[in-house]
Amino acid sequence: MGTPQNPPTATAASFSPAGGIASALRWFSRSRRRYGMEWWIMVAGVVVIAAILTMTVFPRLFTRFDPNDQNAGGQMVAPGRAHIMGTDNLSRDVWARVVYGARTILGVAIAAALVSALIGIPLGLLSGFAGGVFDRVLSLIMDSVYSFPGLILAIAFAAMLGPGVVNITLAVAVVYIPTYFRLVRGQTLSIKEEVYVEAARAIGARRATILGRYVFPNVIATVVVVLSLNIADAIMTEAALSYIGLGLPAGIPDWGMDLSMGKKFLPSGMWWMITFPGLMIMLLALGFTMLGEGLAEILNPRLLER
Amino acid sequence: MPVTEKTILDVQDLSIAYPISIGVVKAVEGVSFTLDDGEALGVVGESGCGKSTMGLSLLKLQRPPGRVTGGRIMYRGTDILGMGDRNLLRLRGQKISMIFQNPLTSLNPLDTVEHHFLETIHFHDPGMPREKALAAVEKMMETLGIEKKRLKEYPHQLSGGMRQRIMIGLALIMNPDILIADEPTTSLDVIVEAGFTELLQGLRSLYKLSIILITHNLGLVAEIADRIAVMYAGRLMEVATTEDIFARPLHPYTQGLIACVPNIQADQKELVCMPGSPPDLVEPPRGCRFAPRCPKVMPICRQETPRLVEHAPGHSAACWLYGKRPS
Amino acid sequence: MSGAQRLISATDLVKEFPLRGTIFDAFSPKRRSVHAVDHVSFTIGEGEVLGLAGESGSGKSTTGRLLLRLIEPTSGVVEYRGRNVTSFSPREMESLRAKAQIVFQDPNSSLSPRMSVGQAITHPLQIHGVGTPSERRERVLDLMEKVGLSPAPFLYRKYPHQLSGGQSQRVVLARALVTQPDFLVADEPIAMADVSVRALILQLMRQLKQDMGLTYLFITHDLATAKYLCDRIAVMYLGRIVEIASRDDLFTRPHHPYTRSLLAAVPVPDPRARRDKKLPKGEIPSAIDPPSGCHFHPRCPFAVARCREARPPLREISAGHFSACILD
Repeated sequence: MGTPQNPPTATAASFSPAGGIASALRWFSRSRRRYGMEWWIMVAGVVVIAAILTMTVFPRLFTRFDPNDQNAGGQMVAPGRAHIMGTDNLSRDVWARVVYGARTILGVAIAAALVSALIGIPLGLLSGFAGGVFDRVLSLIMDSVYSFPGLILAIAFAAMLGPGVVNITLAVAVVYIPTYFRLVRGQTLSIKEEVYVEAARAIGARRATILGRYVFPNVIATVVVVLSLNIADAIMTEAALSYIGLGLPAGIPDWGMDLSMGKKFLPSGMWWMITFPGLMIMLLALGFTMLGEGLAEILNPRLLER
Repeated sequence: MPVTEKTILDVQDLSIAYPISIGVVKAVEGVSFTLDDGEALGVVGESGCGKSTMGLSLLKLQRPPGRVTGGRIMYRGTDILGMGDRNLLRLRGQKISMIFQNPLTSLNPLDTVEHHFLETIHFHDPGMPREKALAAVEKMMETLGIEKKRLKEYPHQLSGGMRQRIMIGLALIMNPDILIADEPTTSLDVIVEAGFTELLQGLRSLYKLSIILITHNLGLVAEIADRIAVMYAGRLMEVATTEDIFARPLHPYTQGLIACVPNIQADQKELVCMPGSPPDLVEPPRGCRFAPRCPKVMPICRQETPRLVEHAPGHSAACWLYGKRPS
Repeated sequence: MSGAQRLISATDLVKEFPLRGTIFDAFSPKRRSVHAVDHVSFTIGEGEVLGLAGESGSGKSTTGRLLLRLIEPTSGVVEYRGRNVTSFSPREMESLRAKAQIVFQDPNSSLSPRMSVGQAITHPLQIHGVGTPSERRERVLDLMEKVGLSPAPFLYRKYPHQLSGGQSQRVVLARALVTQPDFLVADEPIAMADVSVRALILQLMRQLKQDMGLTYLFITHDLATAKYLCDRIAVMYLGRIVEIASRDDLFTRPHHPYTRSLLAAVPVPDPRARRDKKLPKGEIPSAIDPPSGCHFHPRCPFAVARCREARPPLREISAGHFSACILD
């Protein structure tokens, strides 16, 4: 008694974006003194993501080359002073392709994660809260989708929908809807039994209010963490899809596509075409993973059970 | 309490702390008491006072990151805190046993009652033949007042009261000297609790046990304990015979505690309350830890910590109201 | 009790929880269920504190919830000021919720971890559309001071995990009282609190009852506490009321053998107290297959053959003192 415990999460303070960001920053600065390893892992993740985000927003800061310019320099030039990551078989600057490719992959991954969250979370809430036949049927559908190997499902959808950034986003999104659904449904099921939900009924709250003000805010904490890890996964899926050649039209720079192009030239010793995009994919996914895992440890060590 | 030839447990200046993210919690500080052969000592306090932490440390069971930061626990001349693992295993369950609050989680759901007993016996006395062990187990069941057919059942098939009896049986099957009971009746219904208390009294005389009873239940200690030690915020506030504690409590905290408990046999018009709550144990207040809430606080209380000093025969209190200032 | 003074009345309340067994049970003639509340009737007068005492499995908590229809009764009638609550429409129930409230046992799980103290206490006012936001805030701050949550503006912004046990329970009390109800069901409100905090909460409840003109149903397993706070006490065993009497009558002239055992078993914080050694044998039987006739007969030291046959009715022993035991 008398000793303070964990601080409130930033998301709890208020739902207005400005208020949310302000309290997130406040919590951020206060947390520094409290935590060890998890803090630094999270910070490392944030740094990586921030760096790559800057790349997407201000590509001109990083390179003066155009990623589709097929006359950037010589053909298959090794990394050196003029081209720090070399040029590819079409004489395009690899570093420029990396910088501009960040937009594509990050955009698709984040958009896909958001779409699946926006669909999966409400469905999970309703299903868990309502129960009954509705819940059973929806769970069955979601479990079936979930049991499909994710990549194969994404490939199937991408092939069905055809090429295009929106289509590839949707293809990736579909794979993760069950993830959010199951997570939120599980949380809802257990929170539904909590005394404070019964107390909310006792004060006269309607079911919708209970769902919105009592259940949802308590569920959201886990979701924030999963979102970050989900984006990491989505990055890998998007890269895989474009590696296979599905989804994106030729003109858009993409790391996955560059991977598959560079593969051909590796045996002849030209390693830079495949290595750099590969490293970037890994780095970006790692960044989101570190953010997610670090956040999970800090917010509640018991939250995620692996 | 002075150490006599009847003393079997002598706790000297025990301190336990555990680190948390913002500092170190000084859960137990400078606790000293003795336990005589055949005596029942009640350790009384509210949650967070450190009594359970202290109880666990008596068998060196405190969980990391908690650790003993000072003091000795002398059992028959040996310091328990200095014991190696092998000696500790011979100590626990055999010489000193402990039972806890929740018997359901203390028992293995996959083992029958009989198996629990046999396993315990086998661990401490591998040489004992099975028939002899079984005979001992059946005798114990009889003492506990449980039918023998229950031996083949699993913990979930038993009621809470029965489980707690099994726990005591397991604790006493090797005939230890000391039994430490940490809130043994808190999870039990009133009538079951009364039955359990009766059983404990019976077992005490049958096995010539010494008992350390850790609880917040004043009614329980009034019935069982010979002496009572009152803990608050990690320190001992008062130690005396049960009669003295209830009839002539010296420490204002003890007085407050007794006055605020509803007594079914007394005619209480008003319960006297103690406002406030226990202090922060990471940065405890200077001086007496009860000073912020004490109705009889004096200036010195906030400056110097009072020591546990004997003010009447067999009656010690850590309070400046009675002691002289140390020179 | 005259009709005008009666605030709450429960008539023949029954609650059975069906048990979902294996497939084979579906074919058996008797569907197994937990008989949590078995034809319970009582009334509570305005301004009175009725204690509902019993051990685990007695059905006391379920009864409390039935009164507020947090659980639907299997059968039976609950009346509030003479009106039949059991047949209220959802809208009528909503307005009842402003008048009849409940406080639970564990304050920490009764509060949403994501709502601040102020938000939690204000929410009932929002639901019932009381006042403007600033009026609500004023009212909540006033109430917080009244229940001892001081300084109110400071604690208003705190979250449950930042509060002590005593403070949390005060928040729960404030939330229950903010709509100025007449009736409060208190389900073991101090069981989880520290010893010194219990006295504070009991004092507070007494004070609030006087200041706000409340009526309580005080559910507890601790008869010592019931003695302190209650005017009348009903003792429950395995879903039935076995005795109901005024506080003085119950403690000085207990009639039912179960009540007597319960009283004898309560630990007394006084070393001079000697307990009457005769305790009922055995333990509380299962509520799924309770004993026939009087539920207590297998354990009762005075049981006779007739006790096994029929359920003893609650009969009047003396004025206002009822006992469900056929013996004298």
